[in-house]
This record gives sequence, structure tokens and C-alpha cells, in this order.
Amino acid sequence: MTANAKITADLFITCVVDQLYPDVGVSVVRVLRRLGVTVGFPTDQTCCGQPVYNTGYSQQARTLAKRVLEQFKDSEYVVVPSGSCAATIRVFYLEIFDDDTELLAEAKALAAKTYEFSEFLVNVLKVDDAADCGAGHEGTVTYHPSCHLLRELGVKSEPQKLLQSVPGLEQKELEGAEICCGFGGTFSVKFPHISEGMVTDKVANIQASGADTLVSCDMSCLMNIGGALNRQESAIKVRHLAQILDPESE
Amino acid sequence: MPEIKTQDFTAASTAAILDPKLRRALDRVAEGFHVARLDRIEEVTQDVWDGWKDQAREIKVHTIENLDYYLELLDKNVTAAGGQLHFAKDADEANEIVAHIVRTRNIKIVTKSKSMVSEELGLNPVLEALGVEVWETDLGEYIIQLAEETPSHLVAPALHKSKEDVAALFTEKLGIPYDEDIYHMAATARTILRDKFMEADLGISGANFVVAETGTLVIITNEGNGRLCTSAPRVHIGITGMEKVIPSMQDLSAFLRLLPRSATGQRITSYVSMTTGPRRSDDEDGPEEFHLILVDNGRSKMLADPALREALYCIRCGACLNICPVYSRIGGHAYGWVYPGPIGAVVSPMLVGLPKAKELPQASSLCGACREVCPVNIDIPKMLLDLRKKTAESPDSSLRSAPEIERVLARLYAKLMSSPKLLKMGVKFGRFAQKLERMTPVFSPLTTDGKWIRNAHIPILSRWTKSRDLPTLPKQTFHELWEKELSPDDS
Ligand code: SF4
Repeated sequence: MTANAKITADLFITCVVDQLYPDVGVSVVRVLRRLGVTVGFPTDQTCCGQPVYNTGYSQQARTLAKRVLEQFKDSEYVVVPSGSCAATIRVFYLEIFDDDTELLAEAKALAAKTYEFSEFLVNVLKVDDAADCGAGHEGTVTYHPSCHLLRELGVKSEPQKLLQSVPGLEQKELEGAEICCGFGGTFSVKFPHISEGMVTDKVANIQASGADTLVSCDMSCLMNIGGALNRQESAIKVRHLAQILDPESE
Repeated sequence: MPEIKTQDFTAASTAAILDPKLRRALDRVAEGFHVARLDRIEEVTQDVWDGWKDQAREIKVHTIENLDYYLELLDKNVTAAGGQLHFAKDADEANEIVAHIVRTRNIKIVTKSKSMVSEELGLNPVLEALGVEVWETDLGEYIIQLAEETPSHLVAPALHKSKEDVAALFTEKLGIPYDEDIYHMAATARTILRDKFMEADLGISGANFVVAETGTLVIITNEGNGRLCTSAPRVHIGITGMEKVIPSMQDLSAFLRLLPRSATGQRITSYVSMTTGPRRSDDEDGPEEFHLILVDNGRSKMLADPALREALYCIRCGACLNICPVYSRIGGHAYGWVYPGPIGAVVSPMLVGLPKAKELPQASSLCGACREVCPVNIDIPKMLLDLRKKTAESPDSSLRSAPEIERVLARLYAKLMSSPKLLKMGVKFGRFAQKLERMTPVFSPLTTDGKWIRNAHIPILSRWTKSRDLPTLPKQTFHELWEKELSPDDS
């Protein structure tokens, strides 16, 4: 797509995608390239610091956040295939650095150019038809809006819009879609009984939706839901939105 | 103060989650409130609703920033109306003010309308110790008083009880035949309480708001019991937190739109009762004395802390409880003290002391649903995070919420993630361990089938795999894939 030929986006791939779901990262790269974006990947990147920040270790989070500020200082756009990690950069970094004018200014500059994957496609690249990335998907899909994407970033319609335009894809409604899946980072291992209760309900609703695939924009939520689905020997697949948009992904 | 059981959160929530009856009750009531609330918003449109919320929040911000001024104004106007304002710094002081009135006015029977603050003070046992008969007159409160329990929800105190539970309770405590017809049960309570309203010498009420410019106490109820408590007995004591003051009657209207809609999904409650001072000479009825007790009991600590101050804006509508995926699984009692749910996880630690309730701020997935529904836009997740910060790294070990190992792990994590090299080695080691495990079933910290870890026998991970599988490490990281095949340098 020549329209985007001048756009360069650096990926913040997130630690979860890097270490557990590299295929998702590959799909992100392919989709962006199909849309004409020049994709960069600062290779020193690791983790945004959210796991420690959410558990209350702000010093440790600060250490990791500083690295991210540094690595993406010169980026034109930063694209993150996770609502939660994008929210960490856009929202929580401003809290982390609110006592330091210089770093706060850097954090604000980074926040202003950081986008979650789906909102980057819809709001920056102005994709209004998923066919533009060559997407096609035969099957039924239901969408789980992850909490930080929905409530920290306010990204609600963008992923739906993309899914709706995927040729062949039939969307199924998900009851209680906006209810948390129970992941919550360290919450899931601090209070496994509550987390389990939450994911059990989520899984029941997904099964009731009749979809063969669950889609979300956060692999950590999908790790939680997918892990519970697998435990129940469910055949329902879990996919990141990028994998649905990427025709080369299986 | 009532017994503090916030320390037992894990055990209590584990037991609660296994109680199917509780879950049904929670689903039924919370869902009903939640759906009705959404209907009310749709009716007025989201934009208008958001405008109302912003306006209400502005009033709260302004009042709390100028609390000393409005408390003085309130004092002046309560006195001008012939009433008396008392200020209590803690539960003991508040209870002693009530006890003093009871002793000096020869009080024998007390009727109470719903008051979370009196629960917070543990007032009923104090009154009973004075030999006074105490009657809770809100139906839900009456039920839990009979059952000798504590409220489990801010607006529906007996939410955890089914109608069968209540029928059995009435049979046991009132000696009447078992009858689970809700109207019959309500009628029974009504008949008993009607007499008590007339016999009572003292009526104690809470307050949803107190209006500074007029000295008026405002309560909103659906049963009219509040009106009877505040007008029939010869003495009326209103008890509430000092943050409940609002500047003017006009401000009140902003909250009257929001509170019923947020709490139960009603446009307005059946009764909005306003009391200004005792009966005037030309009034036909009303109490001879009006006392208003404003309680601090830890609130000034919240006021002094900019990160937690907004907890004082809470109008106790309960919407954050109804929407909370944690509350809706464990109910109110698991939180171990008077205030449950997301806002309780902020307020309780501040009121009972963080060392005793340090687990509560952890018990949230930080999904943000509470903030979204709050009629005064209170950022509860942010405050939970702040409390987590206060408990994670405090030099005071009584404040630290997690075992020492967590701090070590947090530091280790930051070290590992600060060094891409170290991380690479870590991942390689992980893959090796995974392979080793597959080859030598004797050394088996993990049970995997190649793709999934089904059962981890190592701490922390085992908590995950109790009910969920965990993906194993794939052959390559994204970093490796990028370098090998994705980087534009290669193509
Ligand atoms: S925090 Fe907000 S939603 Fe929760 S009870 Fe208070 S006012 Fe209602």
C-alpha cells in the first residue's frame, strides 16, 4: 500500500510474545509490511515493566521503563501487539515518572506515538477493510476485549471493525465479553482460586458463543483463557488479531 | 469497632468461592442492579450521564479540598436549627457520645435505620451493653441482625441470604410457621417494627449526605423506615462520616440523580428524607433533640494522602461491587470488615490499618470495571496500585504484604529484563530444562506433553497449573526469528 510507504513503525513486541508466542510477532510484522509500513525492531528491548509495576515494585518498574524510553526515543511510531503493555507505556509510565520533569517529558513524547496494534491499523493507517492486508478467515470467531485495551486505552470499536471486514469470517457474540478473564498478572498466582473462578466463567461464555476461534489483542489474556480451554480439552482455538489478519498464519 | 477479619482474606474467599448458594445470590442481585443501572443510563444517554458524573465529582473535589470550611458552616447551621453537632475522632469517642445521650436521656428502646458508619463503629453491642433494646429497621439490616451477621453489601446488606434462608431464620428466631413468600415475610417484619417505631425513645440514622448551607441530614431509602426513625422517637441521632458533607441543596440534586440510578437502577428511591434540627414549636411532631455525629475514625489519614484522598468522594452506591468480577465471586464477608468490594479494598486498609488488611489491595485483577461504573469517577485501580506500592517495598516489615521471596523475585526479574544477554541465557536454560524433563522422567518438575505444561511442581507455577495449562517455551523467541528471517537486513 503506497499510502503508508512513508510510515516507519518500531515494534515493542512484549516479553510474552517474544518468549511464548513468537508467531504472533511474525504475523504483526507481515501485516504491517503488507500495509506498506517499514517495520523496525530495536533488539535490546525486553519487558515494559508491567508485571513488577502492578505488583507494587515501582523502583524495578522504573528501571525497565527507562530502558523503553531510551530504546524508542527516535521512533516515529511504536506499535505494541498488547493492549496491556501499550497501556503501561501510555498510562502507567506517566505515573512512574511523575516526580521527574525530564523523564516525564520523555514519557509523554513516547506515549504520544505509541499505539496498540489494532488502533494503529484503524486510526493511523486508516485501514477500514481487513482485505487490505490480504486477510481471509473461514470460520466463526468471537472477540474478548481485554480490560486494559478497553478501559485504559479506550480501544473498543477498532478490533471489531477489523474483524467485521475479514472476508469469510463470521462473528459470534460473546456474553459477558467485557468481564475480566481473571488474568491480572501476578493476581492469577496470588489468588489462583479467584482467578480460576473468573476464567471458568469466561470459558463457559466462549463455549456458549458457538465460535471455533477466540480472538483478542492481548496474549497474556489468551494464555490464561487458552490454558483453561486446553485443560478442558476444548477444540476452540485462541488467536491474536494479527494472526487473523495475516493470510500466511495458520 | 467490630471484629477485624481482613487478615483471613485468602481462607475466607476460598471458602466463599466454593459456596454455590452464595454465588447464585450474588449473581441474581448484582446482575439485577447492574442491568437496571444500564437501563437508566441509556434512558438519559451516556453523554448526559458522563456530564452528571463530572459535575458530582467536581462538587466532591471542591468540598473535600475545603472540608474544614464546610464542616464549620455545617456546625453553624445545625446549631442554628436547634441541633447539636458532635465530632468524634474515633469509634470509641463516637460510641461514647451516643452512650452519654442514652444514659442522660433515660433511653430504653432504639430504632435504627441503615447506617454503614454505625456498623463501622460497632455501635449495636455498645448499646446492648447499656441494657438498651436495639432494633434495626431496614429489612435487610433486620434480617442480618436476627441472624447475628454483618452486612455483605453496601446497599443490600442481606444480599447473601436467599428467601429460603430468611424464612428459616424467621421460623427459628420469631417462632412463626415457615413461609417463604416474600410479601408475607416483609409484612411480618413490618408488623413487628411498626410497634417498635412507636415505642422507641431514640432513633439512630445514618446519612447519605449532610448539607452545610442548611444543616440538613439527607437519607434515601425505599422502605420509609428512615423517616420513621428520624421523626417518631423523642431523640434523633444521625451518625455519618465527616466526608458526607456537601455545600448546598443545589449540589444535593446532582447526587440525587446519580445515587439511586447507580445503586439499584431506580430513577429515585421511594423516600428521600430530609431532617433539619429537632421539631420546631409549630411542628406537630418530630424529635425534641437532634444530634449529628461526624466521625473521623481514620478518614483524616485518607484526606492527608493525596493518592488516596479520592476514596472520600465515595457515595456508597455499591455499583463497583455489583460490577466487580472478584466481589461477584466471593461476596462481601470474605473482605473481612464492614466495607467490601473494590472500594472496601481501599477504605478498609485505611480504616483498620494497612498491616491488618494488606492483602485486600492485592485481590484485584485491576480490570478497571469499578472505575468505569463509579458515579463520581473514583480511580479505584489507581488507589489499589498505590496501596500495593506502599506494601511491597515498605521498610516496615509489618506493612509488607508478600513473603520475602517476592521481593527477591521482583529484583531478579528487573535484573534479568535489564539485560538482553542474560535474558537470552535464561530462555536457553529454560528450553534445556524443558528438554531434560522430557528425556528423564525422573527429574520432573514439570509434566508436559511437549506443547503444554500440564502440571508444574514448582512454587508459583503450580498455582497456575492447578486449573490451567501453560504453554511451553517455543523453539525460538521472536528476537531469534527477527534476526534469522524477519530483519530487513536479511531480505
Ligand atoms: S467507589 Fe464509586 S461505585 Fe463504589 S460505592 Fe463508592 S461511589 Fe459507588
